[in-house]
Amino acid sequence: MANFLGKENRLKEILPGNTFKTRVAQIQIERTVRPSLPRFRNEIAKWIVHRNSDCIQCGNCVKVCPYGVHTLKTGYKFFMTARNHLCIGLTCEKTDHYCVAQCPQQALRLVESPAVQALGDARWPADMILATWKMARTGEVPSENFGYEYNCGNTGGGFDRLRFKFPEKPPAELSDDEIDLSIELNRRNDGRPRIKIDVPWYGGGMSFGSVSNATQLAKARAAVAWNTFTCTGEGGYMERLRPYDDHIITQVATGLFGVREETIQRAPIVEFKYAQGAKPGLGGHLLGDKNTPDVARMREAVLGISLFSPFPFHSVYSIEDHKKHLDWIKHINRRALLSTKVSTPTDVDMVAVGSYSAGTHIVHLDGGYGGTGAAPDIAKKNIAMPIEYAIPKVHGFLDAEGVRDNVTLIASGGIRSAHDIAKSIALGADGVVVGTAELVALGCVRCGKCESGRGCPRGIATTDSELSEKINIEWGTQRIINLYNAWYNELKKILKRFGMRSIGELRGRTDLLMHLDYSNDVERQA
Amino acid sequence: MPEKYHIKTSPVPPRLPRIGKYGVVDWREDCAGCHNCVKRACIYDRHRQEMEYIRNLSDVNALFFDCMGCFSCVQDCTKNLLGMSINPVYERLGNEYWTPDIIRTTWLQAETGKIPVSGAGYGGPFSGAGFDSMWTDMSEIVRPTRDGIHGREYISTSVDIGRKVSYLDFSSDACCNNLPPLVTIPLPVIFDMNPTKFALPDLTNIKAAVAARTGLISIVDSRKWPLPGIDFEQLLPHIAFYLDENTPLPSHDVLKKTRLVEIQDSPDAGDRVKKIKDICPDIVAVVRIELNKNGLDRAIELACCDIEVIHIIADSNGNETGTEHPRFIKDMLRTIHTSLVEDGIRDNITIIAGGGIALPEHVAKSIICGADLVSIDLPLMIALECFFCSRCEPGLACPAKLENIDFDYGTGRMTNLIAAWHGQLIEVMGAMGMREIRRLRGETGRAMFFEELEEETFGKFFGKRKQA
Repeated sequence: MANFLGKENRLKEILPGNTFKTRVAQIQIERTVRPSLPRFRNEIAKWIVHRNSDCIQCGNCVKVCPYGVHTLKTGYKFFMTARNHLCIGLTCEKTDHYCVAQCPQQALRLVESPAVQALGDARWPADMILATWKMARTGEVPSENFGYEYNCGNTGGGFDRLRFKFPEKPPAELSDDEIDLSIELNRRNDGRPRIKIDVPWYGGGMSFGSVSNATQLAKARAAVAWNTFTCTGEGGYMERLRPYDDHIITQVATGLFGVREETIQRAPIVEFKYAQGAKPGLGGHLLGDKNTPDVARMREAVLGISLFSPFPFHSVYSIEDHKKHLDWIKHINRRALLSTKVSTPTDVDMVAVGSYSAGTHIVHLDGGYGGTGAAPDIAKKNIAMPIEYAIPKVHGFLDAEGVRDNVTLIASGGIRSAHDIAKSIALGADGVVVGTAELVALGCVRCGKCESGRGCPRGIATTDSELSEKINIEWGTQRIINLYNAWYNELKKILKRFGMRSIGELRGRTDLLMHLDYSNDVERQA
Repeated sequence: MPEKYHIKTSPVPPRLPRIGKYGVVDWREDCAGCHNCVKRACIYDRHRQEMEYIRNLSDVNALFFDCMGCFSCVQDCTKNLLGMSINPVYERLGNEYWTPDIIRTTWLQAETGKIPVSGAGYGGPFSGAGFDSMWTDMSEIVRPTRDGIHGREYISTSVDIGRKVSYLDFSSDACCNNLPPLVTIPLPVIFDMNPTKFALPDLTNIKAAVAARTGLISIVDSRKWPLPGIDFEQLLPHIAFYLDENTPLPSHDVLKKTRLVEIQDSPDAGDRVKKIKDICPDIVAVVRIELNKNGLDRAIELACCDIEVIHIIADSNGNETGTEHPRFIKDMLRTIHTSLVEDGIRDNITIIAGGGIALPEHVAKSIICGADLVSIDLPLMIALECFFCSRCEPGLACPAKLENIDFDYGTGRMTNLIAAWHGQLIEVMGAMGMREIRRLRGETGRAMFFEELEEETFGKFFGKRKQA
C-alpha cells in the first residue's frame, strides 16, 4: 500500500517535536474481502415464503431451490424457518425451480414482505438498503436475480433522474488493472504532501457523541485498508484513533470541541467545518442524553447538557478572516492539508473560489439533503440547495476562474452508491465524502432516531455503553471494507464501459449523462 | 434590553391513542415465549407497554401504534415471527397536501411545544409542488452581510399590519400626528376562521384565548360575538371581527377596543372601510379576498386603491379556486408583490396570505414570496388531534372527539404549536442570516426556486425540461 507520508525519518523533519515523540505505531489493516454476516438473527427479506399445514415434508422445495431458501435438516421432522432473504421472489416464477409451482401439495405461497414498505424512505428505499447490506456482507453487488434497484432512489429528482449514456461498445478494451481510481488531494504544489487516496471517496465527519467509539474505529480501520481517510467530526480526537493517525482528518468546527494543538499536529488533513448539509446555517446538535461522561470529558463540556455549536464561526466574517484561520493551522501543522467544508447556498461558487484564494487544498461541499446527525426537521429539507446543483455550479466557476486544477473539489450530501459517486464526478467533483452508506453497512435502517435518548437502537449512533456493544469493531471494519470493495468494482465497471483509464477522465463529463426529465438534445461545447 | 418574545409551554399529552407510522402487526403463531422482544430487543420498551395497554384497553378500536420503526425486534425474534408494516390508519390520514407526516409532526409539536429534531438526514422527495419547489438560502461563512454577531435570541419575528408611510413630511406641525395606525404583533401569524367545511366544532373561544396568550390576533366572525364564558375585555385587543357584506358593525364600544377588523370584499369595500374608520380612526381595516379566478386582479386593484391591508385566501390546499388550472398561493403572492413593487406602492399595503399554510417553513416561504404575514386555520385544529377526515358535518361522529375537548387542553395544545412554529421560524431565519422578519418580505434573493435551479444547472447540459 502506498504510504503517502514516506519513511519515519522524513516525518521527523516535518512533524513537530512533541507529535513525533508521542506518535504511536500505525496499524495496517489488510484490504481483504471476507464474508461478514449480519449481526441480527433474522435478515429483512423482500419476499416471504409461507408454508401451510398441507405440507407433507416431501422435501421437494429443498431440492428445487438453488438459493437455499428451504432447509430440512437430517433427522428433523419439520423445516427450518425459511431463509427468505435468499429468495429472489417473483423473478423465479418463470424458471423451473420455482418452489411454489413445484410443490405437489400447493402448500407454499409467495408474498411481498410488508416490511419492504416500512423500511427506508424515498432517498434510501428498501431495495437500496437491502442491496447495501448484501454488499457489506459479500463485498460484491447483489446478483441481478434479486432485482434490487440500488443505483437510484425514488426521490424523483437529482441523481435519481440522471443516467449514464454508456456506449454500446467501449471505445477501448481495458482490463481492471489498467483502471486507476485514485485521486490527489493536494493540487496546489505548495510543498505540502501530495496525498493520494486509492479511491475517490473518504469517510464523512461523525463525532464521538453522535456515533459510538466502535463505529468511529470501524470507519477508521476501513479507511486504513483502502488507503483513504475518515473524519473525526467535531467531537474531538479520540486517543483510540491514534494508531490510525495517518488516515484521519480532524475537524475544527464552530464548537471547537476537543480541538487542541496536539490533535491538529497529529492529522495529515485538518477540516474547517463552516456548515453542514444536515442543517445548513445551523451549528452542530448533540442532545443532552447523548452527552455521557465520556463524551463530556472528550468535549470538555458539562455532562448531560445539550451541546449546540454556534453558527457561524464568530471569528470569520470575510475571506481574510478565513485565511487567518487557515494560516493558523498551517503554522501549527506544517504537513497538514486543509479542507474547507461548506454547505450549498446560492453563492456557493463564490465561497469556493474565496476559500481557494485563502489557501485551502480541498473544497468540500455538503449538499442540503445530506447528513447523519441530529437536525431540526425544518432545516433538513428547506435550507440550501441539493448537491446535484452545487457541483456543476462550483466546478464551472472554478474553471472559469482558471483555478480548477489547483484545488480538489469534494462533494457530499446524499451520496449513496457507486453510481452516485460516478455521477458526482461526471458533474464536476473530484471525489466524494460518504457517511450514511457506511452506517447502513453497519446495519442502519434509517429510522431517524439517532438524536435523542440513548440514541440509535441499532447500536451505531449511540454513546450508551450497553447499546454500543452491539457493534464489534472487527465486524464493522469488515462490513465497510466489503462495501468499499463492491463500490470499487462497480466504479471500475463504469469506467471500463466508457473506456477510461482513470477516474479523473470522468470529471466534468456531463456529456456522458442524461436526465430523464429533459430532451437531452444539447450538443457538447468544444 | 428589550423584553424577549417568549411563549411559555408545558407538555399537553394526547387524549387519544397515538396513530404512529409503524406497527409490528404480523405476529405469527409459534411464538417461543422467549421474551426477547419484550426484554431485550426493544430499547423503547414498546412491547411491554403494549401488553399493559391492551390489558387496560378502554376503547376496542384503539390500537397501539407507538413503534419507532427500528426493526430490532423483527430481526432479533428467536423464531422470526415478527413483521413490520406501515400503519394503514396512518397512511389514510389527511390528503395529498396535508400529508400524514404533516399531521404527525403537528401533533408532536402541539404535545411538546418543541422543535422537531431527528437524525439520519432528509429522506423525502427531491422537490415537489407548491412550497416544496423552493429552498431558503443560508448565510455562508464569509458573507459580511450577515446581521452582526448576534445569536438567535436577537432575531425579531415582529411584523406591522397597516400602512407604512414612505416618508415623513415635516413641513407642517401635524406631520407626526397623522400617521396611519399600525398594529404590531410578535409573530407573522394570525388565526383565521376555519373554512366552512371544517367549521365544526366551534373553536372560536379557544383560538381567541390562545391569541391573547401568544400576543397574536384571532379573526372572529362578528355574528358569534359575544363569546360565552370569557373575559372579553382582556381578549378584545387580540380579536379582529370579520364582517361580511350583510353583517352590521358590532357596538362601537366593543369595536373601539379591537385593533384590527376584517371585511368581506365587495364593490363598495372602500366605502365600508371609510365608515369603520370614521367610527374608530385607530383601527386597521383588512379586506378579505378569496383567490378565485378574479381574485388576483382584484387583490392588485384593491392594493392600488386606498386599502391598507388585504387578506388573500386560497383554498385549504393553497390553490386558486374556480379555475381549470389553479395557481398556487406562492406564485400568486409573487405576482401581487412584484406588481406592487413595480408600481412603487408596496409599502402602502400589508398583505396577509392564507390557505395552504401547513408548516412553519410555509410561513417563511410565503413571506419570501411577498406576504407580510400569514393566516392559519387548520394547523390549529390538527393540534387538537384532528385526523383531517374532512367530515365535519352535523350529525356525523368526529373520530377525534373534538366536541369534547376542554378549554385548558385546547389552549395548551395550540399554544405549544405556536411556540414550536416560532422556534422553527427563528431557526430558519438564523440560517438565512436575517435578524428581522420584516426584511424577509419579498426577499427572493434569500430563496432558490426549483425551476430556476433546474434551468441554470441542467438546462445547459440536457436541453429543455419536459412538462410533467
